[in-house]
Amino acid sequence: MTSEQNPKSQSSQTDDLVVEMRGIVKRFPGVLANDHVDFELRHGEIHALLGENGAGKSTLMNVLAGLYRQEAGTIIIKGRPVIFSSPRDAIQAGIGMIHQHFMLVPSQTVTENILLGLDEPRFRLNLHEYDRVIAELGERFGLKVDPQAHVWQLSVGEQQRVEILKMLYRGADVLIMDEPTAVLAPQEIKDLFKTLRTMVADGKSIIFISHKLQEVMAISDRTTVLRRGKVTAAGLDTRRITRQELARQMVGREVIFHVDKKPQEPGEVVLEVIDVCAENDKGLPSLNGVSLKVRAGEIVGVAGVAGNGQRELAQVITGMRKSISGKITLNGEPINNRSARFGIQRGVAHVPEDRTHVGTAPNLSVTDNVIMKQYRKPPIARYGMLNMLAATKFAKRLKDAYDIVVPSVETPVRLLSGGNLQRVILAREISGQPSLLVAVQPTRGLDVGAIEGVQRLLLAQREAGAATLLISEELEELFALSDRVYVIYEGRIMGEVQVGSGEPSESLIETIGLMMTGTPLEQIEREGAAAHV
Amino acid sequence: MDPIIILQAGVASGTVLLFATIGELFAERSGVLNLGVEGMMLIGAMSGYSVALATGNPWLGVLVAMFVAGLLSQIHAFIVITLQADQVVSGLALTFLGTGISLVLGEGLSKAGAVSLLPMFSIPLLSKIPVLGPIFFTSQSVLVYVGYLFAPLAWYYINRTRPGMHLRAVGEYPAAADALGISVYRLRYLYVFVGGMLAGLAGATISLAVSPGWFSELTTAGQGWIAVGLVIFAQWDPIRAAAGSYAFGALRRLILDIQGPLTLFGLRNPFYYNPYWGFFLQMLPYAFTIIVLVIGSREAVRKRLGSPAALGVPYVRGERGL
Repeated sequence: MTSEQNPKSQSSQTDDLVVEMRGIVKRFPGVLANDHVDFELRHGEIHALLGENGAGKSTLMNVLAGLYRQEAGTIIIKGRPVIFSSPRDAIQAGIGMIHQHFMLVPSQTVTENILLGLDEPRFRLNLHEYDRVIAELGERFGLKVDPQAHVWQLSVGEQQRVEILKMLYRGADVLIMDEPTAVLAPQEIKDLFKTLRTMVADGKSIIFISHKLQEVMAISDRTTVLRRGKVTAAGLDTRRITRQELARQMVGREVIFHVDKKPQEPGEVVLEVIDVCAENDKGLPSLNGVSLKVRAGEIVGVAGVAGNGQRELAQVITGMRKSISGKITLNGEPINNRSARFGIQRGVAHVPEDRTHVGTAPNLSVTDNVIMKQYRKPPIARYGMLNMLAATKFAKRLKDAYDIVVPSVETPVRLLSGGNLQRVILAREISGQPSLLVAVQPTRGLDVGAIEGVQRLLLAQREAGAATLLISEELEELFALSDRVYVIYEGRIMGEVQVGSGEPSESLIETIGLMMTGTPLEQIEREGAAAHV
Repeated sequence: MDPIIILQAGVASGTVLLFATIGELFAERSGVLNLGVEGMMLIGAMSGYSVALATGNPWLGVLVAMFVAGLLSQIHAFIVITLQADQVVSGLALTFLGTGISLVLGEGLSKAGAVSLLPMFSIPLLSKIPVLGPIFFTSQSVLVYVGYLFAPLAWYYINRTRPGMHLRAVGEYPAAADALGISVYRLRYLYVFVGGMLAGLAGATISLAVSPGWFSELTTAGQGWIAVGLVIFAQWDPIRAAAGSYAFGALRRLILDIQGPLTLFGLRNPFYYNPYWGFFLQMLPYAFTIIVLVIGSREAVRKRLGSPAALGVPYVRGERGL
């Protein structure tokens, strides 16, 4: 080794590299996900991998983590070329990936999840001994979590810590974090960033996958940008680059991205939810006395970390889930515990979270999907028969009005991109001029252009005088669109805040963050007042 | 109608259900529903009986029964794990296949003559315990005694060992197991095989120990279906599965015996004077099974009962979250 003869040459850049990926190509049916991608990671750095949804970031990292096999290209770890045929190989080479959707078994304890797949212990599970080892490891990296707790009992932030511990326990020194902040509240993000810095100081190297510019600017040392499967900027020094420059690399054009929310006086109360309780699929309480109001001509946001009752709230209002107690009224008429059709006939529109299975019937055509709320009425139905001519005409009209890009209205919707699919759903829901629109995560997973389109449609609804309940995990989106925001935590409303137009203040974000992690607004105000005295 | 005798026979008959139920429980904990238990039991009963008849060695019969039923289960494993077909359809087909093969190959077996059976004996000291001794430890087949150890061992294996932990992980969240290098497919094949072997053992327990002989499809008489229902009833827990199996064994026996005496609790026994009423009694276990299966087929209910989260779902790497 030359480095032994001349120790000073160690500082040369190539010796610092822990990961080198050269010319990686990965194809999926119909998509070239990675097109000759180069990527390198230096020892002890946080390297951000930035790109829009579908740019190929996760694919590239799944190749590095041994989940996918590249079709071409080489991977070099600490100077040695490697071929991974499974995640186990990658972990042995010191590479651990923390996936966006946590890879944890909910019914097992923290310790069990960490030991999963290892050769130790051989047969008998003496969990108590391992509990101790894992508690110590957690202490060392500031990752506090109870080793005996079952994963389903943990908050999302804690689950993420378990994922990190899992990789540390396996001796990983390269950690790939796939969109780690997507599910966290602002305070939890701060904690995560602190942990990441501790780990880097301890000699680990981190790849941070994200599509959020702010976070990339805040945490990373260097940034590599991917767009449509290709690298558009490699290893930029994050401190020497502006946010605008990064944004341009990411989307390939200047982002002039803001939607206009005109000041507007809301009208009558359309939706009123009074003290509603409901259970989730497992029969556990998921809504515990939720009350809220939505008026005509306003967008009301519901913020919260995923899994705090948002899904059930939307289902109870749209008639897809029974409530145990409480009352929901639409223009004064009770609508809970009736059918979905009962609500639809009275003007409830629903953009569900799961657009491929709940929002549409994937194998049916665009026409069939858009007439799903119209098929009982003339002109589409006559004497109990479908008039396909009228249906096609209706579908074509919506296709033009809502810019649905599709070769023909007879195309099955499963072939549509996420943005187009969402436009199909919105076209169906909005074209009936609903008095209430319940939209759950309407822009999740869409690219920037499509997000803009969906948000404009929602604002158009507001101007047309519809009441909109917007349930989202994206705070930025809630601030951009809503007039008011409720924060939900463990099925309870923690409080309600007014949102003006323009950038939200630092203290408003902090207040919402505290509510998202379980502090009621009253308490925050009381403590805030006490601090000022 | 001596309650001790009913319970004693019930324990023996419950041992059959115990093996089949715990076998199915292993397969389901790994995420594979196998409705072919009835077929696998029949082929086990037939092959065990015929091997014992040909060789004079009932132990060899038991081993062959387990192996043959295990092999049959691998057809289901290939169809649902590798080809990712619907588990319900494939399992039903397996029952038809297993039943058909057993009836064809078992033709004439019922008149084949005497076969040497597995040994029966009493446990020296334990059989002297009042009530429990005669029920559990007096003149039972060796397989019944094996059965007593079975549920605690299965429980320990699933909950307190490393391979058991992997089994649970594969049935609850295969993607997580896969990401850590556990081979989901290999483990599922393995536990479907284990389920098949235990169904075969259950079949051999009938034909070589509990109610010896070959009576074509009446050998098992639908007990494979009861086992499938018992897994749900036991909420995928081996100890509860054992309790359920013995309870059902005793119930089967009680239904037979209740039609015997002239009086019941000092009253005229309606089942003696109206023999047709007995049919309704005989329906009970099956009616129960149908009800459990119908209720258990609702996904929401299954979730509440604590079913393995990935039960019935083929695993494909790269879908769901990857």
